[in-house]
Amino acid sequence: MLQTISILLENKPGAMMRVTGVLAARGYNIETLTVAKTLDPDLSRMTITVDVEDRLRTQVIKQMNKLVNVLQASDLTDTPAVIREMILVRVRCPQETRTSVLKEAEVFHSRIVYSSVEGFAIEATGDPEKLDEFIDVMRTYGEIEVSRSGSVGMSLETRKLRLQPPVQAAIPSGPVPAI
Amino acid sequence: MQATDNHPHIRRAETGKLMTGAEMLLECLTREGVECFFGYPGGVTIPFYDALYSHHIRHVLVRHEENAVFAAQGWARATGKVGVCCATSGPGATNLLTGLVDALMDSIPLVAITGQVHSKLIGSDAFQEADTFGITRPATKHNFMVKSVAELPQIMHEAFFLAASGRPGPVLVDIPKDVFQARGHYTPVDTIHLPGYKIFTEGHAGQIRRAAQLVLEAERPMVYAGGGIVLGNASAELTEFTELADAPAVCTLMGLGALSAQHPNYISMPGMHGSYAANMAMTECDLLIALGTRFDDRVTGSLSTFARNARVIHVDIDPAEVGKNRNPDIPIVGDVKRVLGKMIKIIHELKAEMKPEALEQKTEVRKKWWKQVRSWKEERPYDRGHSETEIRPQHLMDSIDKLSGGQAIVCSDVGQHQMWAAQLIGFNEPRLWINSGGLGSMGFGVPSAMGAQMARPDKLVFAICGDGGFQMSIPELATIVSQSLPVKIIVMNNGVLGMVRQWQTLFYNNRLSSVVLEAFPDAEKLASAYGFAGKTIEKPWELEAALREAINYPGPYLLNVKVTPDENVYPMVPAGGAIFDMVFAPEAPVAVPA
Ligand SMILES: Cc1ncc(C[n+]2csc(CCOP(=O)(O)OP(=O)(O)O)c2C)c(N)n1
Ligand SMILES: [Mg+2]
Repeated sequence: MLQTISILLENKPGAMMRVTGVLAARGYNIETLTVAKTLDPDLSRMTITVDVEDRLRTQVIKQMNKLVNVLQASDLTDTPAVIREMILVRVRCPQETRTSVLKEAEVFHSRIVYSSVEGFAIEATGDPEKLDEFIDVMRTYGEIEVSRSGSVGMSLETRKLRLQPPVQAAIPSGPVPAI
Repeated sequence: MQATDNHPHIRRAETGKLMTGAEMLLECLTREGVECFFGYPGGVTIPFYDALYSHHIRHVLVRHEENAVFAAQGWARATGKVGVCCATSGPGATNLLTGLVDALMDSIPLVAITGQVHSKLIGSDAFQEADTFGITRPATKHNFMVKSVAELPQIMHEAFFLAASGRPGPVLVDIPKDVFQARGHYTPVDTIHLPGYKIFTEGHAGQIRRAAQLVLEAERPMVYAGGGIVLGNASAELTEFTELADAPAVCTLMGLGALSAQHPNYISMPGMHGSYAANMAMTECDLLIALGTRFDDRVTGSLSTFARNARVIHVDIDPAEVGKNRNPDIPIVGDVKRVLGKMIKIIHELKAEMKPEALEQKTEVRKKWWKQVRSWKEERPYDRGHSETEIRPQHLMDSIDKLSGGQAIVCSDVGQHQMWAAQLIGFNEPRLWINSGGLGSMGFGVPSAMGAQMARPDKLVFAICGDGGFQMSIPELATIVSQSLPVKIIVMNNGVLGMVRQWQTLFYNNRLSSVVLEAFPDAEKLASAYGFAGKTIEKPWELEAALREAINYPGPYLLNVKVTPDENVYPMVPAGGAIFDMVFAPEAPVAVPA
């Protein structure tokens, strides 16, 4: 079963690699990955879906939490959380099916973001499984192209964010000795 | 984005002294108390070495970068302070890799500085460019790439803080050439803020209390002490705890000396080449108290049978280690020194509350356990047997044990000799036994002895090597001589890659593929070519005198000891087997699990 991991990390070069490295080093294939900065521009929020063996799930989260650039990594899989994805679908459809495509798009609460004589570009968001269905439906109308964002997740629990407070540097400050 | 934005705590006031990045780096090292470091220069680090030319910090020019890390590790392992090493970009940096991973596996505090090509050239496949930041990411606890001279001091002090705090480890700082050359203001760094770096030191009070209760209730308690005791300077607490708990104790390969080998509660090392008593006691105990240790597969053998009747208390500073291999009944994440201190206090309190009859009854129960453990110990002690015609490896280690009296620093390489040394040489204190435990890197012995001797000029320092591993570190003989270090290199020369040969003998029908080491150099000539005193011996009656000569010689000494070639290390738990299923030397009967 896919595991969804939400990670709050520092927005720094290489920080993302450290997180994905935890998975790659254990031979896991990342199914989806999204990342963008948070309200605090020094931080990013990352959502990863990956199929990790059951017995290693907590270990993987612990290893991520150990990373210096990671403020918090948590498993959203079996906890109250919302997980959403966005897709863009390009459908090529002849004149006669245009209206039904539009109807289907409406049923899935999606939006037409581009329209031409050849067909549409549709934007849909929702639960990743719902989006799979949407893709299946659109496929019946002809050739389609899909671009998926990957899951973005948010925990619905109030989690305490435990941060390390600044510490006094052990180095004696004071006048700089002459070199 | 300005690189300094990553470090809001840098004081931007232009009050500090104006200096180059190279000078600033030396300033940081000085403030961190670095007395000495190990390295090898190259194109991009010349500006740094130029600043070093007129600086008081001692730099040791090694003969290969891998040995710079191992030497820095020797320094760190012998003192508990952060070891420092330095290499140039590209090949210099890649040569550090083995030593970094080695330090990561054994949690050794280390700061590695690498030069990088000019910032403007990064990514252009410039001469001697390598993606050091990328390559060393999984080889370090953390690594940094410095982008401007303004962020250099903050990064350097963070590097030292990360290396030494929490679960220690290697930290690498990659510095482009132009950063060494740029001028900037050095202002002392007074705070370190790493919001994502969580250190858990105190341990959960309730869990510590429950653990203390279990310790008192247990009928057959067993202390399993690891390298964390050494790293956490918790030997005194371990000793007090072990006595108070009235429990036998084993120290792992990384923890040898954490409890003195002379201590009556000390049993020996557990695991693949651990003693019969240690492995039987681990199997039969009803409470396993794991302290600063990680249930390594070389200790536990098959996990499903390991300490199968025991409840487990696991104390470790790294939350990722607790529950990784064995789910403990009482997990305690914290600094083992502090946790033990608290546990000791609570046990005293609980004992004071106990009725005298109850206490007495406990003592009686424990007596039975102790009797059992002692009988295991007597039943099958380690083989220290001598032969009249040949020097057995066991004889060699036994003699070193007697002559060092538990006081010498012994830096071991990797192989059979390492296991015999670990079995047979006793250590009365921590930080005397120095070896590559987790990674098992051949070539570790000589350079780590070099670093340890630099750090402890007062100590007798042995490098015990196999004939294989020694040949990986011969270039460092020159460094040893150049630094006038009186290191005693003992080569246990069995003519083979002994440990591999042992596996081939036992598990591969004795098909000795690529393990015979022909053409070992003439040790006396080799020694004198480098300016060592040296000798080759092969008769048992020569051994003691030769060792004494090496020890008493004022300078470096190379003693090449030709030993019986076909000895195997016993007991041995075949990989993945249950630790009570030990294989013994053929003439002895095989143990039957209780
Ligand atoms: C760098 C490295 N390469 C290979 C090995 C695998 N290995 C482990 S022990 C050993 C044999 C070591 O031979 P020697 O140094 O002669 O020591 P002995 O076992 O004979 O005491 C080898 C090849 C290793 N541990 N490290
Ligand atoms: Mg050998």
